[in-house]
Amino acid sequence: MPRAELEVRTYGSAARPRAGFFTDTTLCIGCKACEVACKEWNRIPADMQDFTGESYDNTGPLDANTWRHVAFIEQKVPVGADGAARSLVTTAAAEGLAADAGLATYQEGDGLRWLMASDVCKHCTDAACLDVCPTGALFRTEFGTVVVQEDVCNGCGYCVPACPFGVLDQREGDGRVWKCTLCYDRLRDDKEPACAQACPTNSIQFGELAELRERAEQRLQRLHDAGQDDARLYLADDDDGIGGAGAFFLLLDEPETYGLPPDPVATTRDLGAIWAATGAAALALGAGLAAAVLGARR
Amino acid sequence: MSAATGRSGAERRRDEAAMVPDAEPRSYYGHPVVKPPVWKPEIPFYLFTGGLAGASAALALLAEARGDDALARRAWANAFAGVSASPVLLIADLGRPSRFFNMLRLVKVTSPMNVGSWLLAGSGLTTALAVADACTGVVPAPAGAIAKRASAALGLPLATYTAALLANTAIPAWHEARGILPFVFASSAAASAGAAALLTTPPDAAVPARRIAVGGAVAGMVLFEVMEKRLGDLGEPYGEGAAGRLKKAATALTASGAAMVAGLGGRRAGAVAGGALVLAGALCERWSVFRAGFQSASDPRHTVGPQRARVRQGARGGAARAVARTSPEDPERKTVFEPRARG
Repeated sequence: MPRAELEVRTYGSAARPRAGFFTDTTLCIGCKACEVACKEWNRIPADMQDFTGESYDNTGPLDANTWRHVAFIEQKVPVGADGAARSLVTTAAAEGLAADAGLATYQEGDGLRWLMASDVCKHCTDAACLDVCPTGALFRTEFGTVVVQEDVCNGCGYCVPACPFGVLDQREGDGRVWKCTLCYDRLRDDKEPACAQACPTNSIQFGELAELRERAEQRLQRLHDAGQDDARLYLADDDDGIGGAGAFFLLLDEPETYGLPPDPVATTRDLGAIWAATGAAALALGAGLAAAVLGARR
Repeated sequence: MSAATGRSGAERRRDEAAMVPDAEPRSYYGHPVVKPPVWKPEIPFYLFTGGLAGASAALALLAEARGDDALARRAWANAFAGVSASPVLLIADLGRPSRFFNMLRLVKVTSPMNVGSWLLAGSGLTTALAVADACTGVVPAPAGAIAKRASAALGLPLATYTAALLANTAIPAWHEARGILPFVFASSAAASAGAAALLTTPPDAAVPARRIAVGGAVAGMVLFEVMEKRLGDLGEPYGEGAAGRLKKAATALTASGAAMVAGLGGRRAGAVAGGALVLAGALCERWSVFRAGFQSASDPRHTVGPQRARVRQGARGGAARAVARTSPEDPERKTVFEPRARG
């Protein structure tokens, strides 16, 4: 049984089915409604107002003041240049499947492929941030999500470099660490998170994780049937390096293209080896000092 | 190099290509995947003071056991100075210093920072008693002896846990050094304790301190080199930029200091100058490791490259899967994604 479920069990009768996001990037139109809704609902301070030159992304990566981030990737992909290679949309369109599958949203048709994806905290099963937090400010909720208690966090910043996705960050002028709560307050009132509610294309789908995973499998199969061989699920399995995520994704390219690590591993999976080396070094230090002091000539 | 080994440039390039798992891993506009720490300069200073304090306490107890009370008293004083400065540095680094006490809300072995907070708290209390006992003798007999033993016992992990603190992150230059970094820190802690004792101890009472300063310095320099080599490409940050310059400074200071202690340590001036150089070297070493973590985190190649390589080589399945599974119970559901050839 995944760790997240074990931790949720400590809530006893208050435990709830594990909640999550299925972000289907093939449906994302880059409107950034999720970013706005998140900022509004969670009262996140305004941050950078800048021109990055990185396509339509003037938000920048996830940090203390950005809990949803829409990535824009422009790619030159040969379309129909090689008759032997089954190109994405030309073949599929001929079969009348592409439109049904909603693939036209990102394909311009002139060889430019425009990928858009709304990134968010993954609410890992094996959450490194939660493990390394020295104060217990980070905790597992009854929904299996990972949340920072703002009244406990003392701003030590340990979770920031521990996260394999670079999600958490310290807020300037505040000192504490902030990240997506999967709208814990809304969940407790049986409402869906602000980003999912605001998403006009259902690219962000909220629900019970088990149900979302089944839905994602069907979507993946449908995209493959429509000729979209690139489609893949990311963080949808329990046997990856973080034990699966509460927030998982359907991507059209390698994860690193979206700024996501291809094989993230929770650092605490190596904790046994780390403590063993630390203990051995402490003993070696003691032995070395003893040899030097007690063995010295008078 | 190539002339000596008789290899052609092309061969060398191939070898290098083999070493670099993915020469140009892809990234999102070059943005880092993992975040660099938000830790301020207090932290590398603390890495230094914590190591100095921990090793000094152990040195003090050992010197006492040997009957070197003059050395023991000074080492206790150094340990006390170290454990006094450490919490000040740590609290100053917090985003909310007034909440420092939250560190001791619970005991949590998955958090080296939490374990370290307990170690430091225990070390601070016992070292204060130990130094009071060693210098004034006012502490009642059993309490003083117990405090000294506890201070030394806590001091050893206090000197090495900071390596666990850094290794238990997603930063490649730290995490992938997890097997050896504690030994690097143990060595420089020993060097610091020996060198600090040399600053105040008369030379005829400082033979053990000299041995520790020189031995710790040499071991630290060797282990740092081994660590950098073992890291391969991920060790690049230790040789580049600020971290690289700090490492060069650390090596120069430590080597010259150790040589001076070994050669001229029998004289007060030589011991003081050599000890100061070794201390400065140990501080630069901690700073180099600290800065290397920032550089490592800031380069997405270091994060993505090894991950992509191990997926490509089939060592791990990775987090992406292109094959749909019909039922969640299907045992064959996990399949390594094979990118379709383009163009």
